[in-house]
Amino acid sequence: MAAVTTSTERSLNRLAIVGVLIVTMIFLAPIYWIASTAFKPRNLSTTIPPTVVFTPEVSPFVKLFTKRSQLRTPPTPEEYAAAPWWERMVFDGGEKVVRDGKGNVQWSGYPSRFMNSLIVAIVSTILAVGMGTLTAYGFSRFKVKGEGDLLFFILSTRMLPPVVVAIPMFLMYRAVGLNDTHLGLIILYTAFNLSFSVWLMKGFMDEIPKEYEEAALVDGYTRMQAFFKVVLPEAATGIAATAVFCFITAWNEYAFALIMTNRRAQTAPPFIPSQVGSGLPDWTVIAAGTLLFLLPVAIFTFLLRNHLLRGVTFGAIRK
Amino acid sequence: MAHIELRNITKTFGGHTALKKLNLEIEDGQFFVLLGETGAGKTTTLRLIAGLEKPTSGQILIDGVDVGDWGAAERDVALVLQQYSLYPRYTVRENLEFPLKSKIRRVPDDEIKERVGRAAKTLRIEHLLERKTDRLSGGEMQRVSIGRAIVRKPRVFLMDEPLSALDAKLRESLRTELKDLQRRLGATFLFVTHDQIEAMSMGDRVGVLNHGHLVQTGTPKEIYDNPRDTFVASFVGSPPMNLIKGSLVGGRAVISAKTFELPYEGLATSGADNRPLTFGIRPEDVVLESGAPVAAKVHDVENHGVEKIVTLRIDDTMLRATVPASTDVEIEQDVRFAWNPRKVALFDRNSGVSLRHAG
Ligand SMILES: Nc1ncnc2c1ncn2[C@@H]1O[C@H](COP(=O)(O)OP(=O)(O)OP(=O)(O)O)[C@@H](O)[C@H]1O
Ligand SMILES: [Mg+2]
Repeated sequence: MAAVTTSTERSLNRLAIVGVLIVTMIFLAPIYWIASTAFKPRNLSTTIPPTVVFTPEVSPFVKLFTKRSQLRTPPTPEEYAAAPWWERMVFDGGEKVVRDGKGNVQWSGYPSRFMNSLIVAIVSTILAVGMGTLTAYGFSRFKVKGEGDLLFFILSTRMLPPVVVAIPMFLMYRAVGLNDTHLGLIILYTAFNLSFSVWLMKGFMDEIPKEYEEAALVDGYTRMQAFFKVVLPEAATGIAATAVFCFITAWNEYAFALIMTNRRAQTAPPFIPSQVGSGLPDWTVIAAGTLLFLLPVAIFTFLLRNHLLRGVTFGAIRK
Repeated sequence: MAHIELRNITKTFGGHTALKKLNLEIEDGQFFVLLGETGAGKTTTLRLIAGLEKPTSGQILIDGVDVGDWGAAERDVALVLQQYSLYPRYTVRENLEFPLKSKIRRVPDDEIKERVGRAAKTLRIEHLLERKTDRLSGGEMQRVSIGRAIVRKPRVFLMDEPLSALDAKLRESLRTELKDLQRRLGATFLFVTHDQIEAMSMGDRVGVLNHGHLVQTGTPKEIYDNPRDTFVASFVGSPPMNLIKGSLVGGRAVISAKTFELPYEGLATSGADNRPLTFGIRPEDVVLESGAPVAAKVHDVENHGVEKIVTLRIDDTMLRATVPASTDVEIEQDVRFAWNPRKVALFDRNSGVSLRHAG
């Protein structure tokens, strides 16, 4: 069948490939825009029509990581010559790097926000996926009283847009001192993701024949050992898929992060746009921040891609 | 090795009764076959013995000890399932090692190696040891499953239709191998199947299960020669026993609607006269002869190599007979037949129970 392709089939194939390429380009356009802006000199970042050909520079990233202030007077030639390469870039932009009394360069707010994002997203993903997997296993393998109602209840936590409860949550958090803490955001994101994680993992667990564990039980293993030795490896695909989705949700969450945090535990999403407001916005710095922000999800997804491909098409696997 | 006893086992799932008052005894070193149609409760029986399911009522004894409160791990039985019993992510060797690596067994590494080697040799799967199990053929998988059971030296082997997914030829050879293996190990086997040929050829004893009731247990010969009721009679044997309605009048079998009558010389059964009966006669006990008392037409002929199965039509009663392949018969030919009057079984028409068993 496949060996014999007629010429019409071949041209149809080519047409399909062209179509896919066009659609892919449309989807990639915003990413290209952000990526190219992140390497542009500031004066080229807002030209109309957009500048496509330019000499890329890393000054946006230097600015992203340093605290800067406006230069009243240009630096003296000696000052300029004594400065390291990256500081010159800041001078070229009409700004100077802020140093403390001992002459140490001050970091901008970005690195700590980025770290906060990582901590909150990773910990909440581990919690949501871990608890979701155990819960799903319980629902899938044991007779749970009122199973349908409980599962519906778990799902129902997703039926309201979460922002609806933002104000009461904020008041509660403030009362117990959870606002602007990592723990507060972690609890919040774990709660968001848990219902999703339970439902997704239940689907995967149901797919794993219970005969595998039963064979292990008969072979002299406890239920716990059977779970870790037999069920978990079989569920790896599902766990990977669920983890990616949970991570993306937690990583991208904006509204609650904006309301619940302002400094210590603030994550990157509310921080990046907050930089727009101070003075004339430097779009290249914002683009640089956004580009770096995109990376963890891209890397995470890339690492788990083999699992994901099978995981997203679950139901079609096995049998 | 062990002696297994089920006492008054009842198992219900919700409102559905899967097993009802089951009593079963398996001697040490016996090859016991549990035979039944789909849904009869065979798998349920195995799962109860393995400890994967708890009986609703009744007791399970292994070597005389009530194991009702024991978990599956403690019962030390091996279970071979029809499918899904191998871990797809592991190689054949890892699958075979798995039961030995359990914490409750603590088998030293060199002994694991030796036992796996021995099992692989017995089952002729040595060349497959390093292969992933999803790259095996059905027959190879089944051998590995059996291997996983025999590396352990369990007290009893429970096998749930381990051969039914295989093709006829492989099934036959594995059947012989399994039986051999059981003899060599001297192990107690409980083998479940819906295939009566498997049951008759392998079992030291056979138990016939019908809708959760154990209808009859006995040696294959007892079950074949002396079925307890019409269910067993029609389930065991291929082609099955002929069952025809009639009554006994003055020592002669009179077939309903006066189709024909033939002599009956079976056991004298008091009170059999003039009550609705079902006569059972095995096809091999029906003989075609030119001088025989009853006339019939040949309705159908099936050629089975060494023999032919001839379906006879007497008005609208059908009767099957096995004849040597050399016999010349054609469809719609007029023939005459008789039966071996000593081999006729009598069943009560209402209850289906054999008069001999009803006592
Ligand atoms: N977990 C369960 N829940 C509800 N009903 C069940 C369950 N397990 C078995 N049954 C029912 O119990 C009866 C016996 O089932 P069982 O699996 O023992 O049959 P079987 O003899 O092994 O049949 P087969 O030859 O098809 O494997 C069936 O009617 C089945 O539907
Ligand atoms: Mg079954």
